[in-house]
Amino acid sequence: MLLIHCPYCDEPRPEIEFGYAGEAHIARPINPDDLSDAEWETYLFVRTNARGRHFERWRHVHGCGRFFNAVRDTVTDTFERTYKAGVARPGEADSWTGDTGGIV
Amino acid sequence: MTRFSAATLLAKAIGHHKGWPAQWPDAAPKPSYDAVIVGAGGHGLGAAYYLAKKHGITNVAVIDKGWLGGGNTGRNTTIIRSNYLYDESAFLYDHAVKLWDGLSQELNYNVMYSKRGVLMLAHNVHDVQSFKRHIHSNRLNGVDNEWLTAEEAQAYCPPLSIDPNARHPVLGAALQRRGGTARHDSVAWGYARGAAALGVDIIQNCAVTGIRRGADGAVEGVETERGFIATRKIGVSAAGNSSVLMDMAGLRFPLESFPLQALVSEPVKPFFPCVVMSNTVHAYMSQSDKGELVIGAGTDAYVSYSQRGALHIVEHTLAAICEIFPVVRRMRMLRNWGGIVDVTPDRSPILGKTPVKGLYVNCGWGTGGFKATPGAADLLAWTIAKDEPHPINAPFNLDRFRSGRLIDEAAAAAVAH
Ligand SMILES: Cc1cc2nc3c(=O)[nH]c(=O)nc-3n(C[C@H](O)[C@H](O)[C@H](O)COP(=O)(O)OP(=O)(O)OC[C@H]3O[C@@H](n4cnc5c(N)ncnc54)[C@H](O)[C@@H]3O)c2cc1C
Ligand SMILES: [Zn+2]
Repeated sequence: MLLIHCPYCDEPRPEIEFGYAGEAHIARPINPDDLSDAEWETYLFVRTNARGRHFERWRHVHGCGRFFNAVRDTVTDTFERTYKAGVARPGEADSWTGDTGGIV
Repeated sequence: MTRFSAATLLAKAIGHHKGWPAQWPDAAPKPSYDAVIVGAGGHGLGAAYYLAKKHGITNVAVIDKGWLGGGNTGRNTTIIRSNYLYDESAFLYDHAVKLWDGLSQELNYNVMYSKRGVLMLAHNVHDVQSFKRHIHSNRLNGVDNEWLTAEEAQAYCPPLSIDPNARHPVLGAALQRRGGTARHDSVAWGYARGAAALGVDIIQNCAVTGIRRGADGAVEGVETERGFIATRKIGVSAAGNSSVLMDMAGLRFPLESFPLQALVSEPVKPFFPCVVMSNTVHAYMSQSDKGELVIGAGTDAYVSYSQRGALHIVEHTLAAICEIFPVVRRMRMLRNWGGIVDVTPDRSPILGKTPVKGLYVNCGWGTGGFKATPGAADLLAWTIAKDEPHPINAPFNLDRFRSGRLIDEAAAAAVAH
């Protein structure tokens, strides 16, 4: 079972308190009428499915109830960090200067 | 290749089983092939076998990053059935079930296909309605599936509890009598042996690290840990790693990879006669010929390539199993493991051509592709040989995610075995 650091509660909690909510940083289209079929396909169905660093959303369902984002290595299942919703997508692992709530 | 028969077995028995030759050679890569299959699971090995057997294309390599059959082929709970809802799926899965029927004879290798029946339990009104709808739809498509009352279900599977006060009472069940199980390793070994005998090279411990494309965009070959291998036709059958391989060709795919777990109990005498599945409580079980109960759990919620899942998923499954079969409550579990399953948004596979010339794909079988092994292999071979899909796999194209013609088996089979 994963131990996940909720950036709002600011403590590591067991995975069963959380719900997984899919890949992070996928923006809902602001101009749905103008989207081509290919763009809809990408938005609705295509996912990065990264083998390695993966940006994903979690929700602390049985805690504060809030959504947040995480970077996790999908081969080792190790969390690199978690960060609050709305925070920009972090770059490479070593360029990060923000909220390092992640546990390793 | 030695043909197995009563006479050869007897002769070798008299010789204390010494001198059995290797069943297939561990090949080293040649500089080029007419076709390369990535992934030596049942699907990939089978595709190579049918390419050689039915289409006369024998200059073929099957390449795997590990050992053959070490992926989901060797990790699954081996449930075989074809009672899927939609016409496209019924034809696809039944094509495979028909091939399972003669497979041991075809390969001269016992795959132990056992038609012991697959019972799917209905626990609530929604299940009852949905299963009956499946039964009607299946029968229109010539696929056997029948409704049993709770008492009839218990008569078919005596360890089943039909206590009406149970947390998940059994209201009835759908039974596919032609459904059952097969020996997973034998399927991989049988196809490997058959393909090798027809001239196919099986190259193990050789990860594919890149797909090379020419100026016109068509494939030119694969980069591997053991060097470049030239080919004009690549068939990818890499289950949980399919999107990683598609990425190597510059394609993004509608796939997500999740861990799926299974476990086996200590071996006991035969008492469990069939396969029982419960989608509602996420559990399924059968008894292997060794006597172990083979139990499948649900997927973990998150994308992972770790080949292991979380314990709470297994606990949830075992709680359900103990409730439905109180007789197994004091049994011990011996081993558990995980595989990585590649799941599409509509829970149906993608089997056909890709936008890259010479690149073919067989993926998205998710939690339920073992049953499809001979069918998927046959259809992938057809698609590669003819450069066009067979009518059975034509609907399972990649374009459906753009056109919206999905084949949505998701709601019907939450645990899609
Ligand atoms: C726990 C569990 C239970 C299941 N239960 C059932 C069931 O009861 N019934 C059912 O029908 N299905 C079931 N399934 C699903 C079924 O196992 C799969 O759909 C099926 O086996 C897929 O076969 P395959 O040959 O395509 O894949 P695999 O056997 O996984 O073969 C893919 C191969 O590709 C190789 N590969 C990956 N990347 C590379 C690379 N870069 N280079 C070279 N090789 C590579 C891998 O090493 C692997 O050997 C279950 C799966 C799991 C994990
Ligand atoms: Zn919280």
